[in-house]
Amino acid sequence: MGLLLIEQAFNGLQFGVMLFLIAAGLTLVFGIMDLVNLSHGSLVMVGAYLATTLIEWTGSFILGILLALPSTFLVGVAVEIVVLRTLYERDHLDQVLATFGLILFFNELIRIVWGPASLYSGLPESISGHVEILPGVPYPAFRLLIILVGLLVALLIYFIVARTKLGMLIRAGASNREMAGALGVNIRMLFTLVFGLGASFAGLAGMMLGPLTSVEPGMGEPLLILAFVVIIIGGIGSIRGAFIAAVIVGLVDTLGRVFLPMLLRSLVAESTADTVGPALASMLIYILMAGILVFRPRGLFPARTG
Amino acid sequence: MKKIIAPILALSMLASPLYAEKVKVGFMTTLSGPAGIIGKQMKDAFQLGLDHIGNAFGGMESSVIYGDDQRKPDVAKQLADKMVKKHQVHFVTGIIWSNLLVAVHGPVTRSNTFLISSNAGPSTVAGRRCSNNFFSVSWQNDQTPEAMGKYLQDNGIKNVYLMAPNYQAGKDMLAGVERYYQGSVSGKVFTKLGQKDFQAEISTLRASNPGAVFVFQPGGMGINFVKQYKQAGLMGSVPLYTAFTVDAVSLPALKDSAVGVLGTQTWSPDLDNPVNKRFVRDFRKKYGYIPSFYAAQSYDLVRFIDHSIRVAGGISDRDALRDAMRLGGYPSTRGNLKFNNNHFPIQNFYLREAVKDSDGSYTTKIIDTVFTDYGDNYAKDCGMKW
Repeated sequence: MGLLLIEQAFNGLQFGVMLFLIAAGLTLVFGIMDLVNLSHGSLVMVGAYLATTLIEWTGSFILGILLALPSTFLVGVAVEIVVLRTLYERDHLDQVLATFGLILFFNELIRIVWGPASLYSGLPESISGHVEILPGVPYPAFRLLIILVGLLVALLIYFIVARTKLGMLIRAGASNREMAGALGVNIRMLFTLVFGLGASFAGLAGMMLGPLTSVEPGMGEPLLILAFVVIIIGGIGSIRGAFIAAVIVGLVDTLGRVFLPMLLRSLVAESTADTVGPALASMLIYILMAGILVFRPRGLFPARTG
Repeated sequence: MKKIIAPILALSMLASPLYAEKVKVGFMTTLSGPAGIIGKQMKDAFQLGLDHIGNAFGGMESSVIYGDDQRKPDVAKQLADKMVKKHQVHFVTGIIWSNLLVAVHGPVTRSNTFLISSNAGPSTVAGRRCSNNFFSVSWQNDQTPEAMGKYLQDNGIKNVYLMAPNYQAGKDMLAGVERYYQGSVSGKVFTKLGQKDFQAEISTLRASNPGAVFVFQPGGMGINFVKQYKQAGLMGSVPLYTAFTVDAVSLPALKDSAVGVLGTQTWSPDLDNPVNKRFVRDFRKKYGYIPSFYAAQSYDLVRFIDHSIRVAGGISDRDALRDAMRLGGYPSTRGNLKFNNNHFPIQNFYLREAVKDSDGSYTTKIIDTVFTDYGDNYAKDCGMKW
């Protein structure tokens, strides 16, 4: 039981860092640009499709990923310039409608280019094995790699935001857009860059999801809902909040899914537990979100926006 | 003169359907959304069937009305209404999903139109609510997992771990397995419908140290589960038994990951009979991929309608046509099939293994026959006698 708990904690952490990669871009775009971007999940999908195809073309996993990352960045930049730029001045409802349209557009585009069937992306031999995280607990090496990459990216984002000039501009843009603009910061350029960065992080999540799950049209939408939960719990605009909330959501969802039905089975009749358990487990993170919002209406780490 | 002839010609063309008998078939399936790939297979096979009968059901002038039900019961009901009332079709068919079939079952059968299932077989339409206007050329939902349960029981497999999505069909599937499998169950878990990452469930499963695993994870869920099961290093060490999880729809995506996975089914591409050989050969030639059981059933459907009209000698007499349909014996990809009193086929259930073919494609091969001439458990609740 103790070993299982540790293994499930790893599973939760892996799910959490994956969510963080998606939520990071979402929270930056929402917090800094004040733009509700429902099509963020489509960028996860675009990243997954580009990586799967490029890996197949180049025959190299690493080369494929290295090519897919800048490609997703460019897709993000293109989306920002063509569609989103006109939406900053509009209210949230217009943004929701337009970006929902983008979801439909991307899903259909993917279907036209790649077909409706799911794609499969395998893993190179070197990372398809197992690592013993504890004696007697083998863990898929690729999932460990995801945790590692996720933590590294989290550090990288923290470094960019806290230590670089770009980060300073981002923070300035977040706390007072007009003032930053008046002081000569090219806000347009900054927003395009931020959106492109967010797109690449989402794409990276998609690329790492590819070998785990099927790559198919609409694969990003279920994750987007969770990413919104993460940024609401973490506080909109806060990278630190997004990271902590993502890990919490990952752990609560995974551990709840596994242990709640077990717990219920020892309390009530098995048939009741089988019906209630999975349903309750899937509600758990929303209950958590509601609970946190009662005490911290602006999330755990509210970013100070102007 | 020309001015007079043209309207007369047009009028006579309008009037012709009143005199000439014409077979109308309404083919409604899921062509859009993630499940569109299944509908495509069914439509492809249906059209191959039409090629094989020269586009003439029973040798008569025929027309087909196609519809996309979008996997939504309300859309399916509207489509069925339109087919029955506006187009006045003789047959409504092509439906994949149980909930959609249940939604159109009443309205279509009450309108004295034949409803033919080419896939779904919910217990409700097999038992008390059986109808003399409903036929199935597929199976009843419980039968496939029952066959799996029987195989596990007969082969002395112990300590099975059961997994299915948390919805009605998932619960029915596990109940079907447990109807024949009497051994110990090392764990039972209901996953979220549409779940993509099963790592947490797989960790728990491994911790319970089962002798074998049974899963029902249709469509994309199956692709994800099987991939992750292999990545977790369980493939090969804990045998994986399935129902509706590994088939010609998921195999092109799963490839090597699924080789060795076992499952029960009424059909397999290697089933040895002349109709099936011709179907598989021509299907691969025309469409360039291996057909699934969905496709085989859809092809059977065309041959069933065609054969019954020939035997009945037309479509004007509904009762004669129904009698002809009840005779069975149409050229099916599953050999010579007879119908049970509830209009479901009595047929064999096979154990299939996913294999890599000599030409490098991934397919399934029959390795055992679990049930011979097996009828479903709901036929006794159906009051129909003939």
